[in-house]
Amino acid sequence: MESSSLASAAPSASGSAPQAAEIVFDAATKRYPGRPEPAVSSLSLTIPAGEICVLVGPSGGGKTTAMKMVNRLIDITDGDIRIDGRSVRSLDVNDLRRGIGYVIQQVGLFPHMTVAANIGTVPRLLGWDRQRIRARARELVELVGLEPDHDLDRYPAQLSGGQRQRVGLARAMAADPPLMLMDEPFGAIDPITRERLQDEFLRLHREIRKTVIFVTHDIDEAIKMGDRIAILREGGVLAQYASPDEILAAPADDFVARFVGADRGLKRLALASLGDVELEPANGSAGGEGLRAPLRTSLRDALSLMLSHGGGSLTAVDDDGRAVGTASVELVSRALSGKGPVGSGGRGGRGSAR
Amino acid sequence: MLAQTVIPDFGGGGACVTQNRTFCWDWFSAHWGDTFQPALLQHLALTGIAVGIGFAIAFSCALVAHRRAWFERPFSGVSGLLYTIPSIALFQLLVPVPGFGLTWVTAEVALVSYTLLIIFRNVLTGLREVPVEAREAATGMGFTPRQTLWRVEVPLALPAIVAGVRVATVTVISLATVAAYIIDAGLGAPIFHAQQTTFKTEFIAAGVLAVALALVADGLLVALQRGLTPWARRRAA
Repeated sequence: MESSSLASAAPSASGSAPQAAEIVFDAATKRYPGRPEPAVSSLSLTIPAGEICVLVGPSGGGKTTAMKMVNRLIDITDGDIRIDGRSVRSLDVNDLRRGIGYVIQQVGLFPHMTVAANIGTVPRLLGWDRQRIRARARELVELVGLEPDHDLDRYPAQLSGGQRQRVGLARAMAADPPLMLMDEPFGAIDPITRERLQDEFLRLHREIRKTVIFVTHDIDEAIKMGDRIAILREGGVLAQYASPDEILAAPADDFVARFVGADRGLKRLALASLGDVELEPANGSAGGEGLRAPLRTSLRDALSLMLSHGGGSLTAVDDDGRAVGTASVELVSRALSGKGPVGSGGRGGRGSAR
Repeated sequence: MLAQTVIPDFGGGGACVTQNRTFCWDWFSAHWGDTFQPALLQHLALTGIAVGIGFAIAFSCALVAHRRAWFERPFSGVSGLLYTIPSIALFQLLVPVPGFGLTWVTAEVALVSYTLLIIFRNVLTGLREVPVEAREAATGMGFTPRQTLWRVEVPLALPAIVAGVRVATVTVISLATVAAYIIDAGLGAPIFHAQQTTFKTEFIAAGVLAVALALVADGLLVALQRGLTPWARRRAA
């Protein structure tokens, strides 16, 4: 009874609520009075519904400005931004913001509200009734990996940094918005927790499929999180907008090449796993000797294994430990130099790499 | 009205009173009903009205100054000036003002003027110390400025606000004894009377009651703050 009413009371992630929105930046420009250079110059890009678009670049690149123009925390000077075809300028600013999930680096949980009340913030603004809000908070707390019975009535000061960021994420998703803005959401968290939160968010995103605009200054995080990456340079000029694999394989110019780093080949290898490439047939000696690695091993890790063990090849094995094929340093190198994405999948690779 | 009819039985009465010993409990309990209880209640009323009106003025002005920073200086200047005027001087300054005279209004106006600076400063500081990220999150999620103020900023400023009210209350309880210069009310009345007659028991009883009132009021405000800010107590992770 309890669980069935819960399911019907809350628009769950898979429910009928608006799933995801397409976002179009149409020559969006931000100029501040008294400054010759715009903060964002005529930014045009389209983010397909349900994808994660990472805005990345050095400080002064206008990535946060570009993001805040979407929920009008910063007003657009010229051009437009459209969410599912509707200009952000045409909506009441508070209605617009209530329809967009918003996560910031400092989390910004309300210290005087419990976890449940924090998560219920936007639903309360939208006038949901108490029970529905409570049920939604419970559902979301569970979704982000906290314990409803233990954590719903705690205050932010009683949580760890990672737990707070999870609650911040749950709060942003509370009213099931079709779009989420995330401003360096994992920036202030220790590296181990950050990696776990990144992985969990990617898994979560595969379920909820919201459109996400994600701001970071960390190119590795951008490569890991993004379906598409928009690299902005000083003055808010778009340097390149493409999938992580394309950016690593073919940087548009020197700026992008320098920004992604000299090790971009290795970074690109991390995007694909042994299962994504065409392996050489397993040779007959499928015995005990030789290097073995599971199919889900990334090409980068496979290369590292081969180099550090002195052998030029390794045997890829499936989950049951059966040899599936052989990978060699040459094969990995060929995968990199080939046109098209690394491997055969062409799915941006990030899910399969981990 | 009751206090002025009571003349301590100084010179009559028992041995304790005739010898004017430090404290005569019998005399105190005999005059609780006609002197001290009414004086205590009057004192409470003087204080409650002054802090109530002072809070309403100072809180509203602090909200204005929170949105319009230029307002802070003039209000701080005026209330700061009032705060520095010696209390006896202020009471005497106000008496000749038309419409004031030797009335409760005069007493309250003077007492209110001592609460303004303290409460104004505390409210404003409390509002300004609200974490920037909480405010940014509120705006980003679609709170109107009014909703941000009442649902986020004011609740988070409560500890500072109540702290200001505590200081103002204790100050007013102390200053209200001086109001007996112009009105025959409050715990100041028996104190002044005892000063003239040098009768120790009346002097000590009224003084101790004033101190006790201040302590109890302060304690109640601490309890109020705890009740209003449950989040501030739970820190342990």
